[in-house]
Amino acid sequence: MATVLLIAEHDNAKLKPATLNSMTAAKKIGDVDVLVAGQGCAAVADEAAKIDGVKKVLLADDASYGHFLAENLAALVAKLGANYGYVLAPSTTTGKNMLPRAAALLDMQMLSDVSGIENADTFVRPFYAGNAFATVQSKDKIKVMTIRTTAFDPATAAGGSATVEKVESAGDAGLSSFVSQQLTKSERPELTAARVVVSGGRGMGSGENFKLIDALADKLDAAVGASRAAVDAGFVPNDYQVGQTGKVVAPDLYIAIGISGAIQHLAGMKDSKVIVAINKDPDAPIFQVADYGLVQDLFVALPELTKAV
Amino acid sequence: MKILVPVKRVVDFNVKIRVKSDQSGIELANVKMSMNPFCEIAVEEAVRLKEKGIATEIIAVSIGPQQAQETLRTALAMGADRAILVQTDVNVEPLAVAKILKALVDKETPQLVILGKQSIDGDNNQTGQMLAALLGWGQGTFASKVEKDGDDLKITREIDGGLETLDLKLPCVVTTDLRLNEPRYASLPNIMKAKQKPLATMAPADLGVDVTPRVVTLKVSEPPKRKAGIKVKDVTELVDKLKNEAKVI
Repeated sequence: MATVLLIAEHDNAKLKPATLNSMTAAKKIGDVDVLVAGQGCAAVADEAAKIDGVKKVLLADDASYGHFLAENLAALVAKLGANYGYVLAPSTTTGKNMLPRAAALLDMQMLSDVSGIENADTFVRPFYAGNAFATVQSKDKIKVMTIRTTAFDPATAAGGSATVEKVESAGDAGLSSFVSQQLTKSERPELTAARVVVSGGRGMGSGENFKLIDALADKLDAAVGASRAAVDAGFVPNDYQVGQTGKVVAPDLYIAIGISGAIQHLAGMKDSKVIVAINKDPDAPIFQVADYGLVQDLFVALPELTKAV
Repeated sequence: MKILVPVKRVVDFNVKIRVKSDQSGIELANVKMSMNPFCEIAVEEAVRLKEKGIATEIIAVSIGPQQAQETLRTALAMGADRAILVQTDVNVEPLAVAKILKALVDKETPQLVILGKQSIDGDNNQTGQMLAALLGWGQGTFASKVEKDGDDLKITREIDGGLETLDLKLPCVVTTDLRLNEPRYASLPNIMKAKQKPLATMAPADLGVDVTPRVVTLKVSEPPKRKAGIKVKDVTELVDKLKNEAKVI
């Protein structure tokens, strides 16, 4: 029996990259079993079995898990998790929705968004919108934690040969049901997994002008993000939002265009390896975190940059 | 339908926080405190449900020090009918908060608990989910739209990659995301009226809940600072730096 139960993030067809980052955190603690719960997700279990270091994959394939409803998933995770010392999930909207419910069923005080593992019971996590980090010691028997995926490199997706073991469904709680989903369709890489992210802020002026961002993103094979100001102004949908209340990203290259750099936004991108800021205001706070700053009108600089790369 | 709205007193969102020099925590002396922004959205949504005739009574609850009364008065001024302060100076963890709220739900029997998805101090994002678990209720987290649909609630949720709509059986727990609504400012007459509205005070022990922390904070530190970068003079220099110095494109 492994020490850690890691809940895989997937869409019933493929494993999400967040699982691999969380696997790196899990391996620092001990042996890892992975739970793949979903509907028609056997291929995902096979994929999880190949992750380097996984001991065993538990596959719960049932209609009640098809839409990852928290009520159903948490009951399963609490039942299986009771046998482990640690229960981990990536800090995605699915993990954040489900894991606290499982922790309460186990009567454990969960730790959210863990970004560092000091030893068996001591962990580091950001709070106050990433403006402070707490080193905390958990006294609970089972450590239940969501993992800040940007804080850990992805584990190798190949080389493992874990066994896949089917587990019984905990059933449908009958409390909620799925109605519909509207996902933003994009040919681009996913925001939280992209190597390059190009983000626009209020300075873009309109949703129409985001075409300029799209053009640069296309050339760099980058994901497109936005500040909360741009989202609130209705330029782009809310799932573009990078920041404490949106997505936390840490790509190799982050290009912030027309973004002033509110604390809220910086909390979501300041762990990027290289940050570029283009803004006509030389006093914009974004320049304080940028490796390369260009003080210029974005409507001049952006097309020029797109042409030059 | 009765609604319970838990609210939290936190450092105002405009305050730039400072870590104490002995690394024991965050400097809270003489710092402006306000209602957590996600909680304001929860109060606003409850008031709108009452204005639509769906809710009949709104009970605001806060767990915290005596000064949390001010936060409750704000909720009352926004339109809550009465308030309960569960007074404690302990920094109560989400699981214990959920246990206190469960005890209050058992007493007050609301059909809906609506609360913020997270507080901007702890950033835990746990309480609503934990409360739903303890009650055995459904949960609609990170809600950007709440609609009554027959005997159920239809909740639109913000998820990675877009939106999702769920149907929840009542009673249930809803947690609010930023775009659910824009909270109103309390008018002066309503602030005056709020002073007359009932506010009951009790202790966690009155509800049979042990609030002893299970997680010990050993150290609080500032995030690693990025070293200052350089300004480039034009796009040509920028592209050169990215290619030859940073080697990222």
